[in-house]
Amino acid sequence: MKTSFILNVAEYIRDAILDHESELESLDRAIGDGDHYINMKRGASAIVEMRAELESLTPDAALNKIGMKLLSTIGGASGPLLASFFMSMGKTLKEKADDGAISYAAAFADGVKAIQQRGKAGLGEKTMLDVLIPVAQQFLTLTASHTNTKEICASLIHTAEQGMLSTKALIATKGRAASLGERAIGHIDPGAKSCQLMIEAVCKQRLLIQD
Amino acid sequence: MKKFINKIDDVLVESLSGFAAAHHDLVKLNLDPNFLTRQQKSNNKVAIISGGGSGHEPLHAGYIGYGMLDAACPGHVFTSPTPDQMLAAAEAAHADKGILFIVKNYAGDVMNFEMAAEMLPFESATVLTSDDCAVINSTYTTGRRGVAGTVIVEKCVGSLAETGATLQACKTLGDKVNSRTASMGVALTSCTVPAAGRPTFDIDDNELEMGVGIHGEPGRKRETIREADAIIQDVVNAILDALKPAQNSEALLLINGFGATPLMELYLIYNTAAKLLNHHGINITRSLVGNYTTALDMAGASITLCLLDDEIKQHWDSPVHTATLRWGV
Repeated sequence: MKTSFILNVAEYIRDAILDHESELESLDRAIGDGDHYINMKRGASAIVEMRAELESLTPDAALNKIGMKLLSTIGGASGPLLASFFMSMGKTLKEKADDGAISYAAAFADGVKAIQQRGKAGLGEKTMLDVLIPVAQQFLTLTASHTNTKEICASLIHTAEQGMLSTKALIATKGRAASLGERAIGHIDPGAKSCQLMIEAVCKQRLLIQD
Repeated sequence: MKKFINKIDDVLVESLSGFAAAHHDLVKLNLDPNFLTRQQKSNNKVAIISGGGSGHEPLHAGYIGYGMLDAACPGHVFTSPTPDQMLAAAEAAHADKGILFIVKNYAGDVMNFEMAAEMLPFESATVLTSDDCAVINSTYTTGRRGVAGTVIVEKCVGSLAETGATLQACKTLGDKVNSRTASMGVALTSCTVPAAGRPTFDIDDNELEMGVGIHGEPGRKRETIREADAIIQDVVNAILDALKPAQNSEALLLINGFGATPLMELYLIYNTAAKLLNHHGINITRSLVGNYTTALDMAGASITLCLLDDEIKQHWDSPVHTATLRWGV
């Protein structure tokens, strides 16, 4: 992985968040407190603005710095959770030899584990983890079986979408929607939606490179 | 949206600057990272630091001063502050006896304060407030939310800290006050987050949200509006269910406005709530009525009951000198 790829993805993610303003806002208004889009936009924009500062760094150092920046810009629960993800991902990349997609899948899975620990949450609690956990597992499985990049990307986009949609039927047991009980059923979790958008943005960016 | 705004992105800093200017005898404002401290730093005491999303004014900056908080970290509207703010505030307020964070029990606040505590070079402890009994602590929740009862925790712990008490003693008192306090709120209208520009939730003219949170997040259920006494009775019953006070308990009754309900109605609520509680054998000996933990421009109010004992009473009555609470000085 090159730092330039991370920086291009950051722009792609920022654009994906901006493009889905009304959808993210209405999801959060339904079962949250209406600040999710604003926070994600603030975080994503801050990373894009760091381009000059990040360009000269190694990928692991850039990911760590992205985590620190998100920690001080997003706030809410998303801040510490996403910060833990990027910082942990950076740590794994730094410690392990670069073995291409296999390393990225391992780093991604470690990032997701860090979110689970920080948020004390798991699968099926109507959070971003309903997207991230299945994607991490699928990413590990596909890289272990040496699936080609195009198939991996298509599969992860699909898995993320399924995970995002799965939150619709769930009762929230973690996150701010937890106070709603059964009233949260029928609504997609906004954090799951933004994570799905981000994964889709990464995968599409990766496919562009291959083409 | 009709609000006093120059630029949406400037609302928070302009408001904080106004607060600091209006109360320059009491507080100092630091920007980027945003935090406020007492004008005069105290010595040799536990530094009591709170913080949370903005939009709940006067919580928390309005409680900085003698007998209450040493510092406060305001986040963006309805969004937890971040660890860099807490670390800078702790650095500025640290007075050799450790840091006590008072944190309302919301996932974001808990995680950000947790990360700050992990990075802090000083000894620290945290009191999590969870007085909102609207959200039942079950497998479906992460526990009760922290709302207006936080003010009572901050007042009592702040008072104890002035005596030079240890970090552990301050935490113990904070946990005790929290465990003896229960609150529940009712919303008549939604609030509007300036950056969102429209109401956080939809509610009809003839509806109320029973058990609403202080961000306008839904609570127990949506109901048709009734006469005030019937609404207040339901709230009082929920609080009594949560606290299960003994007969002849002594208590503090706090009627808190959410921002757009006039004092006239808050006193009407006090009138009914106090009568109902007296009827249940509760002796209300302390009271507070006003806007102490708001939700921007939401119409509605919360009722908080804190069961007193001699220690809590002593620390509630002790001198306090903040922008919002000021007595005995």
